[in-house]
Amino acid sequence: MDHIPLSAYLILSAILFGLGVAGFIFRKSVITVFMSIELMLNAVNLSFVTFSYENKNIDGHIYSFFVMVVAAAEAAVGLAIILTIFKNRGTLQIDEVDSMKL
Amino acid sequence: MNLWLIPLCPLIGCLLNGLLGKRLPKQVINILAVGSVAASFGLVLAFLWQNYPLNTPVSEHNFTWIQSGWLNIGFDLTIDRLTAVMLLVVTGVGLLIHLYSIGYMEHEDGYARFFASLNLFMFFMLILVLAANLLVVFVGWEGVGLCSYLLIGYYVKEKFAGDAANKAFIVNRIGDFGFSLGIFLLVIHARTLDFVGIAAAVKDLPVENSMGWISVATLLLFVGACGKSAQIPLYVWLPDAMAGPTPVSALIHAATMVTAGIYMVARVAFLYGHAPIIMHIVALVGLLTAVFAATIGLAQNDIKKVFAYSTVSQLGYMFLGLGLGAYSAGIFHLMTHAFFKALLFLGAGSVIHGLSGEQDLRHMGGLRRAMPITCVTLLIASLAISGVPGFSGFFSKDAILAAAYEREPWMFWTGAATAGLTAFYVFRAFFLAFLGKYRGHHHPHESPFVMTFPLMVLAAFAAGGGFLNVPHWLAPMFPVVENEAQLPMIISAAFGIAGILLAFVVYVAQPSLSDSLKSAAGPIYTLLINKYYVDELYNAAIVKPLTLVSRAVLWRGVDEGLIDTGLVNGFGQLVQGIGSVLRRWQSGSIRNYATWILAGSLLLIFVLGLANGGAR
Amino acid sequence: MDSILFIIAAVAAIGCGLNLVLQSHPISSALSLIGVMSSLALLYLLLGAEFIAMAQMIVYGGAVMVLFIFVIMLLNAGAEKRSDKSLFARIFGFPLLAVFVVPLSFLIKTTFSAQVSDVSFGSWVGGTAEAVGKQLFTKFLLPFEVISVLILIAILGAVVLAQKEID
Repeated sequence: MDHIPLSAYLILSAILFGLGVAGFIFRKSVITVFMSIELMLNAVNLSFVTFSYENKNIDGHIYSFFVMVVAAAEAAVGLAIILTIFKNRGTLQIDEVDSMKL
Repeated sequence: MNLWLIPLCPLIGCLLNGLLGKRLPKQVINILAVGSVAASFGLVLAFLWQNYPLNTPVSEHNFTWIQSGWLNIGFDLTIDRLTAVMLLVVTGVGLLIHLYSIGYMEHEDGYARFFASLNLFMFFMLILVLAANLLVVFVGWEGVGLCSYLLIGYYVKEKFAGDAANKAFIVNRIGDFGFSLGIFLLVIHARTLDFVGIAAAVKDLPVENSMGWISVATLLLFVGACGKSAQIPLYVWLPDAMAGPTPVSALIHAATMVTAGIYMVARVAFLYGHAPIIMHIVALVGLLTAVFAATIGLAQNDIKKVFAYSTVSQLGYMFLGLGLGAYSAGIFHLMTHAFFKALLFLGAGSVIHGLSGEQDLRHMGGLRRAMPITCVTLLIASLAISGVPGFSGFFSKDAILAAAYEREPWMFWTGAATAGLTAFYVFRAFFLAFLGKYRGHHHPHESPFVMTFPLMVLAAFAAGGGFLNVPHWLAPMFPVVENEAQLPMIISAAFGIAGILLAFVVYVAQPSLSDSLKSAAGPIYTLLINKYYVDELYNAAIVKPLTLVSRAVLWRGVDEGLIDTGLVNGFGQLVQGIGSVLRRWQSGSIRNYATWILAGSLLLIFVLGLANGGAR
Repeated sequence: MDSILFIIAAVAAIGCGLNLVLQSHPISSALSLIGVMSSLALLYLLLGAEFIAMAQMIVYGGAVMVLFIFVIMLLNAGAEKRSDKSLFARIFGFPLLAVFVVPLSFLIKTTFSAQVSDVSFGSWVGGTAEAVGKQLFTKFLLPFEVISVLILIAILGAVVLAQKEID
């Protein structure tokens, strides 16, 4: 078979991103929503690396690295928040955390 | 010498009495009030002593009031011969009336307020008289209107007084509207409002035989004068203004304020000289008013109302004189009228005071024994107003009627007949009040010296004032045509004396004759005693529709319906409505928010993609 | 060879992603996510990004996902229950997604098919740790330092949030 075209990687990235959004919109558990966010971040990372390959420039890798770092930090803090929500409300369903409505 | 000191003195009196009056003892209030007017009078005398014979006017420019493009109006005061006459009348008669008020108002509440308003009136009237341009005249004009309102409505607890004050002010306002329009026209065409400036601007213009701008302007100014000086159709406020205390009626509605219109017309005589059509209108209106008011005065039973209609009638005479071009005759009559009309009112006030408030002629009678001084002074005043030879009224009325005889004989005959009517109704009042038997229930007593002294002084002037040759004094301004015809003098005097005799016959010699005349006249009498139903006519034609429109359309319809409900409330409801719709967007559900973010980002992507020309 | 690897990795990634979305128990979703990350690491290797592939496995697979699993177990998160809220998301979510992904894919395809841009393993060897390090400590020094501060703050935040209340 031929070499894989670049657009395939990008389309894969798009599909993964879409799956992440789907998880975010359709799932009810907070932790699952969080994991969908991680999936989205990963998809974007793939995109960065692909473009870095296309331009033969290492900067894309650096961006991807930073995204990873931020995702890790965010995961840490986010999970701490989830813990707090669980402590205060006893539930992990995001539909029940809606006290900010008008 | 500083002219602004003349109006300043009563202003100071007004401020002190007005602000501190409640805490001052009565003596201090009296001294402040009378003293300030006396100071003005003294200043006027001093000025005249210094500047006699006043061949050139003395002016002073105080400060620039309006400076806008080519329009420059300053707060200028000036005294020339005409002003001098007015000043003496205003301050002199004013001083006497202030003195009189001390006695008349003794038992009234709001003593200080009365004198403060009276002093304020003097201030504005002096500004009006001293003004060197029309705008300052207008300031004084409006100011005296305000003080008239304050003083007519002096008895604040009576509704009819408040209504009368409203009526006076509102009817005056209509006249002021005309005055304002006249001022605007003059500003546009003459580019200045100074009397000297306007005179210079129109000096070389031709006399207008059709309605040019000068005619329109003078007509509008005359409308203002009609309002202030109670001519047809704006006279209706004056009889009702008798609701105020009698000194107010004497000062404002006899001697000074109502003469403002006449003064103003005389001031711009050079304008009227260019508009003969309007002069004719002025004379006609004056004559018509004179007759009209005299007929109403025949049937009135309230002594003050008789004199009120008499004032309207005499003002008509003055306008007749002005309209015929006999300006000095008009001013002369203004002066003598101030004397005898103030005297008539003060005398009436003395009678009312002596009868503890009774004003109806049918409940008076035989007062000459109880109130001798009042009786004699009123007799002198009545003789003066009737034009009996020798008294002041004779000379001034004769000057006007002589001018009429020269120019419009039919006006002369009408005027002379009205003079007879005047004599009749004045002496009717006199006889009913002072002769015969007392028909009332009070204990009449003579008034105190502080009230009778002004009566005596005014009586002296009413008797001898005719010998102050005002037309001669005003001759450099208003050329006097000396006429030697004796006939008009004799005829007018004859009419006057005939009137007196007729009144004597009807009311003294054969009292039953008055009743039979009344029943014989029947419908005419009803018409007269109801003042020709003019007030009712105005009410139905103007007041009621106006209030109706105001209430139904403007208040309920526009204000409540459109603005309150529609705009203000409607706007609030609109915001609330939009808010309640938009509120549902913030559902608190994260999934909703995420979906919206997705939708928004899609939109962005598409827009950016399209903006960059679709696929690269 | 590359294509086979690519297809395996791609299918694995998409499969695990679907699994993540469709499974009801969070643990299953977490494990699927680990699968996705591993597939992505393989794809990075195919693209010549060695350092990133390693970082992905170590940071994501080794640290973040472990954290996730810890929290799931700590909270004893059970399978999701059915909930009827958020009708809007259920109705509009899928169409919007479809509108999002499909045209994007077409766009990408048309955009990038014009160029000769095939990926072959080994055609670019510039993704070494040395290269990354060089750039990181020269051109991207400031963001690097800032990122470290960010991590510090995140640590502090997590500690504060998760500590026990002092009674």
